[in-house]
This record gives sequence, C-alpha cells and structure tokens, in this order.
Amino acid sequence: MLSIFLEHDSPFLGVDFQLPIGTLSAIVGPSGSGKTSVLRAVAGLLTTERSRVSFDEDIWSNTGARCFRPAYQRPLGFVSQTFGLFPHLTAAENVGAALTHLRRRERSREAQNCLDIVGIGGLADRRPNELSGGQSQRVAMARALARKPRLLLLDEPFSALDHSTRKRLRVELKRLQDALAMTVLFVTHDLDEAAELSETLVLLRRGKVIQQGPTRELLRRPSTVEAARLMNFVNLAKAKWAGSDASGITLHWGDVLLTAAKGPKSQPDDTIHWTIRTSDVFLVKDNHPNESSLGTILPAKVVEVIEMGSSALVSVIVNNSGGEVLRLQLRPGALHRHHLSKGSSVKIALHAQAMVLLDPSDASLSANRAKSKL
Amino acid sequence: MDWNAFHLSLQLAAWTLVLLLPIGIVTGRWLAKTQTRARPWLQAFFALPLVLPPTVVGYYLLVFTGTRSPIGEFIMSWFGVSLVFSFPGLVVASILVNLPFAILPVQRAFEAVSNELHDAAACCGMTPWQTFTRIEMPLAWPGVLSAAVLTLGHTLGEFGVVLMVGGNIPGETRTLSIAIFDRVQAFDPLAAGRMAGFLLLISLVTVALGYGVLERRGQQRQKSA
Repeated sequence: MLSIFLEHDSPFLGVDFQLPIGTLSAIVGPSGSGKTSVLRAVAGLLTTERSRVSFDEDIWSNTGARCFRPAYQRPLGFVSQTFGLFPHLTAAENVGAALTHLRRRERSREAQNCLDIVGIGGLADRRPNELSGGQSQRVAMARALARKPRLLLLDEPFSALDHSTRKRLRVELKRLQDALAMTVLFVTHDLDEAAELSETLVLLRRGKVIQQGPTRELLRRPSTVEAARLMNFVNLAKAKWAGSDASGITLHWGDVLLTAAKGPKSQPDDTIHWTIRTSDVFLVKDNHPNESSLGTILPAKVVEVIEMGSSALVSVIVNNSGGEVLRLQLRPGALHRHHLSKGSSVKIALHAQAMVLLDPSDASLSANRAKSKL
Repeated sequence: MDWNAFHLSLQLAAWTLVLLLPIGIVTGRWLAKTQTRARPWLQAFFALPLVLPPTVVGYYLLVFTGTRSPIGEFIMSWFGVSLVFSFPGLVVASILVNLPFAILPVQRAFEAVSNELHDAAACCGMTPWQTFTRIEMPLAWPGVLSAAVLTLGHTLGEFGVVLMVGGNIPGETRTLSIAIFDRVQAFDPLAAGRMAGFLLLISLVTVALGYGVLERRGQQRQKSA
C-alpha cells in the first residue's frame, strides 16, 4: 500500500488515505484543492507540519519519529506539469541525468533504451527547445522511468498538450503502466481524464479528501453532496425519507414516491439529498405502464432543451415533485423522434439502482473531523 | 610607461578575481535561494560599494584594519602583515569594493534557474551538490563570467580606495591608476596620457572579450534552436 497522511495548518491540508500498489491512481480536485501539494509532499519536495508517507514497509517520512528522506533518496519518478527538462542538456543527457549511478557508456546506452521505450529514440540528440510539447512529455517520462522507480508521480501531465496529443499519450501511459506493472499516482483537474486512466480515485477539495475508492464505483455513486457536485452530477434534489424494506428505501419527493435500492440509514421525515446521472434518466413512451423494469415512471414537463453537438440536455420538472429540475441526456436523434421542445409533456423513468442517496456534506465533514481527532 | 605599476595592477586584479569569485558564487547562490527576512539588508550591504564614495570605504578600512585597531593588531600578530599601505591590504580593499560586481550578476543568474529544475534534479536522484555542479552552474555560468569580467575590469581601474588604503608606494601599492594620478600631479601629461590610453585599451579588450564569449554562446543556443 502507498500510505499518505499529511497535515498542515496554513495553507490547510489534511489528507489520510491509502492506495493500492501496482495500479494507476488519480487525485482529482479543482484548482487550489491541494492536489499538487500532496504529490510534492509524497515526492519529498514539500514538508508539512505532520506527515507519514510510506510505500509498503518503506517509510519515506514520519514527523512523529523525526524521519524524513529527501527527494533524491526516494525511489520515485516525477513528471511535472511543464516537464522540467534541463535546457542545457540533450534528450539523452536529460534521461542520463537520472542515471548518474551508472558509468558513462552504460548510462548513455540505458538512456537510449528509455527513449526507445517511450517511442522517441530518434530524438536523443535534440535539446528541449527543439522538441514539441508531446516529445518533451515523453522525454520527461523516459527520465522519470530511467531509475526504475517504485512510484511514478505525474502532476497534470497532459495539461500543457493539445487535445489530440493528450489523447494519444493517455493511451501510451496506460500501455506503459500495464507493461511495467508500476504504481502510478497522478493529479488532474480533469475528471474525464481520471475516469479514463485510473483504477482508484481520490477526490480532493480545500485540502480534504471528499471521497476515495475504485474509480468506476466512485463515478457511479458519490457519497456526499460535495462529491456529487465535484463530479458534475447536475441532478441534485432533496426528498423526505419515508421508510425502508427489503426492496429498498422509499422517499417522498414532493407528492411523488421514489425508490432507491440502497442508501444511508435515516429517520422518517428526515431530509435526504439524492442524485442520479443524466444518462440514467430515461425518456419513455406515453403509453408505458407506471411500474416497469425501467423503474418508477413519472409524468413531467420539458422546461429547457439544449442541443450540444452529439448530445442534447433536456431539463424537466416532474409533476407534483415540488418544482426541482431534473436533467437527462439524449442523442439529438431521440430529441427529434420524440418531438421534444419547451413545454412538451413527457414520461421519464428513474431506476432504483441508479438512484444515489447522499450524506449531506456538512455531516460527512464533521464525521471526518471526529475521525481525524481520533 | 610605468611597467611596475601595470604589473602590480595585473597582480591585484588576478588576486582579487581568484579570491572574490568563489565568494561571489557562494554568496550569490545563497542570496538567490534564501528565504531569510534579512535578505534586503544583506543585498543592500553587498551593494553599498556601488553607492558609497571609495573614500568612505577606504576610510573605514583604515579605521578597522589600521595597526592600532583590534583587527589590525590581530592580523599583524597572526600573519605578520599590516593591511595598511601594503599589497595584502590592497587585495582586501579591492575584494570589499568589488563585492557587488562579483555577487549581483551571479545572484541574478542563479535566480533564473527555476525551482522546477531543482525539483526535477532531486527526483532524478541527484544530491544537492550534483544539482549544483551539473544543473545550476552550467545554467548560471554566463552570470559568473559577467561577474569575472566586471571584477577584473573594475579592479584594473580602481583608484579611490587604493589611494586611501595603499597610498602611493612604488612596487608595493602604486597601481596603474595611481601612477596616472601621480604623473598628472607631476605635470607629465605625456606619460599620463600613454598610461591612460593603455588602461583604456586593456579595459576595453577585457570587457569586449567577456561580451564576445557570452554573445557566441547565445548564438550557438539560437543555432541549436
């Protein structure tokens, strides 16, 4: 396990989480959430007031035991946002800079080998100012891999690249990680990028971990309102907890009865937040029965239609629900097939499995605080 | 032409350069990276010789290193030399007066080496010393060269503080600039003019050579781009 515990008072940072070894993990958060600070602290480039960082049994820092291994003694590779290539050295010399423990001839052979691995063996003699953004990124990656690190840290590795290069390099990173079975931790503000690459995801906001877990699970089921907002869940609504039985939890959403397959325990009439992905809200035909395999069928009115290239975002208000807007994503074809426009009457389906009940973020924050005091 | 004076000027310039350049590199590098709150005061202290008249620097040197001062007594008892009206005194004075020329260009050059490169070097497994020798120095060397050229040129032409601390002792403290002053005082404009022209030429060649090396380096970089 890669175990990371960091605390700092100003600017605030308070994280404590573990990541599996041999996988690709991502820290996602908005600007200023502290994700780069976490990465730099793991690398040993930043010290926090209290810290405990270990990789397997190998302890890299522990303020309690006054232990701190400087960056140059940690078996890791680091690729920064702007790559940090040494401008006076060629690509091969840049990679060779990470191999100073080898003899000169061995060093240049190994550097060439690393450049070959990332597919730019022919650019060994070029200096950083003769390389494109994508090529620079590969040199930085080759340099980071040269020492055969146990952990590879990437700080927004694709943010300085154009869209097509970014897509290509994402695939290559995944291929490289699979081939070398290396532990990779990268930070990004791009949730799509994290979703595409990572197996484990850590959501960070204002220096705190909001949620952490396997990426697929986390993207489907945010646990708090804050996490749902961070993951761009636009359907956020409030309902009253009505009861629970073997089939799930029943909620009163205005006068509408909803069912969720699972969720946190609550008391009758307690307010509970719920969310559902726009792609999990289905449009059904008028003559569809009210209960079906698609879930609870609800009559609604279209209040807005926004067409965006390959998809359309339709906002509806469910009849007798209290006026909260639900959004669903459709293909433009479906939009025209159903003759949808502002004011149209439609029926939508909400499946109990797709309904996600949330802890209110304040409650989860205070729970975290209590945990950190322990 | 007073060749003795010229020889002494060269000796003074060489000693100053050899002793001051390491001080300039260490201090300039430290000032570039330190977070201490005293940094503005330290920078001001090192830049003082730029704004103070040489006579003021010379006066304080006489006061603090004279044979009756504790420092002067200490140096005399330990090293057996006096720093007043002697060549070693001239070297010390020259080092102090040239501090800003040796430190400021070096400091600016090290400041231009981004922290990102330090981080990258550390994550490449380089120790701080390896980072300094393999990354920082090669990138900061134009600043070090500028410092060397400025120190050399300035020492060759140094007058005020040399006169205050060293006086005008032939073969001991009479440098070329003092010799020019001496010839002017003695109403010998021909000798003064010859030496002034020679000093002008030497200074011009020194500075032009320095700039030439820097420019060639810049062109090489542009070509490789």
